[in-house]
Amino acid sequence: MSDAVTPLLEVGNLKVNFHTPTGIVRAVRGLSFSLGRERLGIVGESGSGKSMTGRAILDLIPYPGEVLADRMLFRGEDLQTMPKAARRKLRGRRISMVMQDPKFSLNPVMTVGDQIAEAYRVHHRANAREARERTLAMLEAVQIREPERVYALYPHEVSGGMGQRVMIAMMLIAEPDILIADEPTSALDVTVQLQVLKILDDLVTSRGMGLIFISHDLHLVQSFCDRVIVMYGGKAMETMPALELADPSAMSRRHPYTLGLLGCLPELSNPKAKLSTLTRDPEWLA
Amino acid sequence: MSAPAVIVDRLNVSFGTSHVVRDVSFEVAEGESYGIVGESGSGKSTVLRVLAGLNRAWSGALTIFGKAQPKVRDKAFHRAVQMVFQDPYGSLHPKKTLDDALAEPLAIHSIGDAERRIARALSDVGLPSAFRYRYPHQLSGGQRQRVAIARALVLEPTLFLLDEPTSALDVSIQAEVLNLLQALRQERKLTYVLVSHDLAVVGHMCERLMVMQHGQCVEEMSAATLSARKPETAYAQALLVASEGFRRQA
Ligand SMILES: Nc1ncnc2c1ncn2[C@@H]1O[C@H](COP(=O)(O)OP(=O)(O)OP(=O)(O)O)[C@@H](O)[C@H]1O
Ligand SMILES: Nc1ncnc2c1ncn2[C@@H]1O[C@H](COP(=O)(O)OP(=O)(O)OP(=O)(O)O)[C@@H](O)[C@H]1O
Ligand SMILES: [Mg+2]
Ligand SMILES: [Mg+2]
Repeated sequence: MSDAVTPLLEVGNLKVNFHTPTGIVRAVRGLSFSLGRERLGIVGESGSGKSMTGRAILDLIPYPGEVLADRMLFRGEDLQTMPKAARRKLRGRRISMVMQDPKFSLNPVMTVGDQIAEAYRVHHRANAREARERTLAMLEAVQIREPERVYALYPHEVSGGMGQRVMIAMMLIAEPDILIADEPTSALDVTVQLQVLKILDDLVTSRGMGLIFISHDLHLVQSFCDRVIVMYGGKAMETMPALELADPSAMSRRHPYTLGLLGCLPELSNPKAKLSTLTRDPEWLA
Repeated sequence: MSAPAVIVDRLNVSFGTSHVVRDVSFEVAEGESYGIVGESGSGKSTVLRVLAGLNRAWSGALTIFGKAQPKVRDKAFHRAVQMVFQDPYGSLHPKKTLDDALAEPLAIHSIGDAERRIARALSDVGLPSAFRYRYPHQLSGGQRQRVAIARALVLEPTLFLLDEPTSALDVSIQAEVLNLLQALRQERKLTYVLVSHDLAVVGHMCERLMVMQHGQCVEEMSAATLSARKPETAYAQALLVASEGFRRQA
C-alpha cells in the first residue's frame, strides 16, 4: 500500500480493563477508529475512556490495567507484536502524548527548560547549547513570554497554562508523526489557546502529522477538528464531521448523548438560571 | 447593604525580581460571585492564593469579612475560607483514599459527624459512594476535580475561592457542579471568587468580573456587559472574539 492510503494509525476493537479487588472496570469497550493526516477530536464525559484510549496506543496503561485489541497498527506495523524495545522507541519520537495533567508528568526537581532540552537530545544528536537554543525557540513558539526566565523555573513555579505549554513544547520538539493531545489547552486563556492550536494546526497541514485531540470543549473541537468521536462508557456513540456538531440541520442525525452534551453548555448570549444536565440511557451501552 | 466580604486594596506580589501582581484592587459583596478572567500567567491564581493565606510575599491591604488580614491566618479562617485548586492532581495526596482525603479536614478542625458529611459531600458532587476507598490514580481527571470540590465542601465554608473549578470537567459534570455551586450559594449565602478562562462559565456564575493581563486589572465589568459583548478594552474584546472558537485562515 502506498503511504498516501495507509492510515497513520488503525485501532480495531480496543479494550482496556482494570482488574480491581472489587471487580473489572471496563474503561474502554471495543473502540475502533483510524487516523490519517488529520485532526481527530475525541469528546465525551469524564470517565468515558478518552485518556485510557490514548495511553493504550502508547502502551502506557498502568498496572493492573490490560489492553486487548483485534488490531493496533502504526503505519501498517503491528504495535502489539512489536518487541517492547521497538515500541518504546516509537514512543516520544514517532507517537507522543501530551498528558492531561502537565505538572503530574513533569519532573519536579528539574527546571522545565532542562526537561525540554533533554527530550530534544534523546531524539536528536545535539550538544547542550543547540538543545538549549531549540528549547528557547520552542517556548517562544508556544507563546511563553520571557522564555529565558521560564526556562529556569521548576514545575511548581509555572502557572497552570504555562505548564501545559511546557508539555506541548516537550512533545513537539521530537517532531512526532502522531500527537495525542489530552486536554492540551484546558488551562489556557482563550487567546493563547488559539495561538497554541495554530501551531498544532500547522503541523498537521505542513508536516502531515496526525493529531488526536481529546477535549471537553465542544465548541473548540467543532471549530478545530476534522472529525469527532463521541465516547460514552468506553464506547463510541458516533463519529461525525466536526462541523456537524454546530449544524442545526444535522441535529436530527445526532445521537441523543451528543445532543445531551450540547444542551449542558452555558451560553453567553443566552443566560439561563439553571443549566440542563444529562439523562443517561442504559441502552447506549447495550 | 452589608459590608463587603472581601476588600483587596492595591495588592502587589513579586517572586524574586518578577512582579506578577501589580496594584490590583477589587471588592466582593457578601453573597456575590466575582469572576477573574485573563491571560495565562497574568496572576489570577496568585491573587486567589493571597486571599487564601497561602502566599505570604504580598503587600497591600486585604480585608475579609470585616477583618484586616495578616500574612498568617488562624484556624477559624482556614475553615471559613476554602480554595479549590486549578490542578486536581497536585492537590490530592497520592497515597490517600478519597475517604482519607475527606476525613482529614474534618479531623483537623475537630468536626464530628464525619460519616454523614463525607457521604453527603460525595453525593453533592455526583460521585458514587463505591468510590470512597479509591486512590487518586484510580480516577479520571474530572473525577479527581470533583473530589477536590467535595473536600472543600465538607467544611461548609463561607468564602469559596475557585480556581478553574470546571476546566477539567466534561460539560455534563460541569453543568452539575455549576448548578450545585449556584444552589449552595443561594442556600448558604456563600461568597465566591471564581477564576476561569471560560467566559460563558463566568457569565453564567458571576455578577461582576475583572479582566487581568500582565499582573494588572485591565477592566472590571458586569456580567451583563460581558454577555452584551460590550467591554471597553481591546484586550477584553480580543478574549470575547477568541472565545468563539478556532478560525482557519484560508
Ligand atoms: N487504575 C485504575 N483502576 C480502576 N479504574 C481505573 C483506573 N484508572 C482509570 N480507571 C477508570 O477508567 C475509566 C476511564 O478513565 P479515563 O481516564 O480514560 O477517563 P477520561 O475519559 O479521560 O475522563 P476525564 O475527562 O475525566 O479525564 C474511569 O472510569 C476511571 O475511573
Ligand atoms: N513560586 C513561584 N516562583 C516564581 N514564579 C512564580 C511562582 N508562582 C507563580 N509564579 C509566576 O507568577 C506569574 C503568575 O502566575 P499565576 O499562577 O498567578 O498565573 P495565572 O493567571 O493563574 O495563569 P494560568 O491561567 O496559566 O493559571 C507567572 O509568571 C508564574 O511563573
Ligand atoms: Mg482524561
Ligand atoms: Mg492559574
